Amino acid sequence: MKSNLFTTASAGALLAVGIASAAQAEDLTLCWAAWDPANALIELSKDFEAESGHNMSFEFVPWPNFADRMLNELNSGGQLCDLMIGDSQWIGGGAENGHYVKLNDFFDANGITMDDFIPATVTGYAEWPKNTPNYYALPAFGDVVGWTYRKDWFERPELQTEFSEKYGRDLGIPASLEELKDIAEFFQGRDIDGTTVYGAAIYTERGSEGITMGVTNALYNYGFLYENPETPYDLDGFVNSDGAIAGLEYYKALYDAATPPGSSNWYMGENIDAYRSGQVAMQMNFAFIWPGVEADETVGSGRSGYFPNPAGPAGQFAQLGGQGISVVAYSEKQDAALEYIQWFAQPEIQAKWWELGGYSALKAVVEDPGFATSQPYAQTFLDSMAIVKDFWAEPAYADLLLSMQERIHNYVIAGDGTAKEALDGLVRDWTEIFEDEGKI
Amino acid sequence: MTVSPIKKVAQATPVPMARRIRGLSDRTIAWIFVAPTIFLLLAVNIFPLIWTIRLSFTNFRVNRPNNDVEWIGLRNYERILTDPGIWSTMQATAHFLIWTIVLQVLIGFTLAFLINKKFKGNDLWTTIIVFPMMLSPAVVGNFWTFLYQPQIGLFNYVIAFFTGADPASFSMIGDVNLAPWAIVIADTWMWTPFVMLICLAGLRSIPDSIYEAAECDRASKWRQFWTITIPMALPFLMLAVLFRGIENFKMFDLVVQLTGGGPGNTTTLTSIDLKREAFERWRTGYSSAYAVILFVTVFGLASIYVKALNKVKER
Repeated sequence: MKSNLFTTASAGALLAVGIASAAQAEDLTLCWAAWDPANALIELSKDFEAESGHNMSFEFVPWPNFADRMLNELNSGGQLCDLMIGDSQWIGGGAENGHYVKLNDFFDANGITMDDFIPATVTGYAEWPKNTPNYYALPAFGDVVGWTYRKDWFERPELQTEFSEKYGRDLGIPASLEELKDIAEFFQGRDIDGTTVYGAAIYTERGSEGITMGVTNALYNYGFLYENPETPYDLDGFVNSDGAIAGLEYYKALYDAATPPGSSNWYMGENIDAYRSGQVAMQMNFAFIWPGVEADETVGSGRSGYFPNPAGPAGQFAQLGGQGISVVAYSEKQDAALEYIQWFAQPEIQAKWWELGGYSALKAVVEDPGFATSQPYAQTFLDSMAIVKDFWAEPAYADLLLSMQERIHNYVIAGDGTAKEALDGLVRDWTEIFEDEGKI
Repeated sequence: MTVSPIKKVAQATPVPMARRIRGLSDRTIAWIFVAPTIFLLLAVNIFPLIWTIRLSFTNFRVNRPNNDVEWIGLRNYERILTDPGIWSTMQATAHFLIWTIVLQVLIGFTLAFLINKKFKGNDLWTTIIVFPMMLSPAVVGNFWTFLYQPQIGLFNYVIAFFTGADPASFSMIGDVNLAPWAIVIADTWMWTPFVMLICLAGLRSIPDSIYEAAECDRASKWRQFWTITIPMALPFLMLAVLFRGIENFKMFDLVVQLTGGGPGNTTTLTSIDLKREAFERWRTGYSSAYAVILFVTVFGLASIYVKALNKVKER
């Protein structure tokens, strides 16, 4: 609480001295993951440099090491980063441990309102505690897990006929997860143009967050809940409900029956590679890859299609990705960093952000009448963002994530025990973590 | 008469200081020279060790600077030693350690024995064989990841060539039964040359006269091998085992790159597990206790082993 007051006071003090009148040119460092959108941000930030006179430097870390590197930086009170585009799950720790500057006063003073952003991104990237108007970030990059498929393969008449005879329906975008599995099995081991192809590339990675970001797309849709909606941190019967068990069994069945051999530790990069090299008919991946797919010589230009995560028996949800941009509390250049956020929040900058390949979360951009048809994947992005759910954003999120990674990977990939045992074990792990945290 | 530079310096030295330096004992001067090194050792090795031991009795978490740090006695040690997960990583480490050492010593010694023979191209072959250990473990891990790829990996095609199996029918790093062997093979490929070099040094240290005397006594090659070569090369072999044992106990980079500790926990070695606890879960107190347990284990085993090595050398 003390640190919250301090950071709020800091932000207020900065406002008092007048952000707009900051005349001194600063060298600002922005930290983010090393991926395609980061390159787009470098391009976008050139405008900021020209307008403000500040110099922008960037520290990008590959995804598998991103959390390790950046959380180390924050935990040690490092001053490497002035601005941090941290993962959505860091918001709790960032706020409670005083790593991020609270932005409410700054937003109020500059007419920035969270009502202008997609609600799911505000809850996911900016608020702590969730569903309270305490903001520690500005939604910077909307992202969500969706599916990419080989439209050109799906449209082949001989495959359509064969699929139709076998399953009694057309080969097209699956309406449910069960249908998705059928399609994946249909393509598994099939010879297409002299090459053996496989059904689907899904997230299975063990080391960071991969398999959790994948399996939740099945779990949510079969009935998994993080906790009792009525009683916070009441896990038993929600995390390991019958629906959740069925969802986990589904994910394992999909992995066993319809994924490429050797895909036991795959995440974003491996899935992209498998898809672009023509190994798989479908890939699960975050929406950030879609501009790259469209631009790809082999699979782009109309050869690929996109669809949101299909529904399951308990509804249709998708795993939220994406990040908010925060000012690091240890930075000595907070005024310039806030200036960057103020500039970034402008509708015309957000529109340009979308044009360059960044997924803007600003309503003015995504609700523009031309948005849905501006790119082949734009409508899928909008549909997907409407059904998102996110992982825990508690300060103990890393503990919670690692337990889930271990339990799920051990069952799905290593075939250790049953789905019920895995989820019961997860309830025990999470309960112990929340007990240690003093939440239970 | 010319005055030497040393004398000049001595004359220029103020009398009180000269008296002071003259008054220092050899022991004091030795301490002055050694002090910076001792200070560095204390700062870099001993202090962190003592601090780690202290932290191991607390619930400290480095990512919760605002939380109170409580003294929890032996609770961390108790949790670690009763955790079946930790014991399974110990088992995975033991499997990795034993098999890599066995294979590296067998193959390394055989290669050294062959290379020790005088033949044309001897130096070239030595250079080629030594090449893998010059690579970075991260590069080797990445390289073997591709070799093990079921669709395009050379390893699967070689196995398929000899067995007739479909190359895509098995995955070395994705199968719980094969993955522990996948890391053993990659490490053996990389570090056998190191063992070979140590063995080669041992073999070349055996005087030819001993073999000549054995020839005079009409000892067979087999007998010469078992009664001269092996006993005289044994201290070197044991040294190789010690080095590889210590190195492989803390193996991290190669395995992380290859399997990430998976599938499941089948290749999660203690070093990987410790890193997760310390820098992913941020359980600083717990991971300090874990590190202390590993330190005591390695230190204890290494001490016993070094005593055995000294006994062999004395023989």
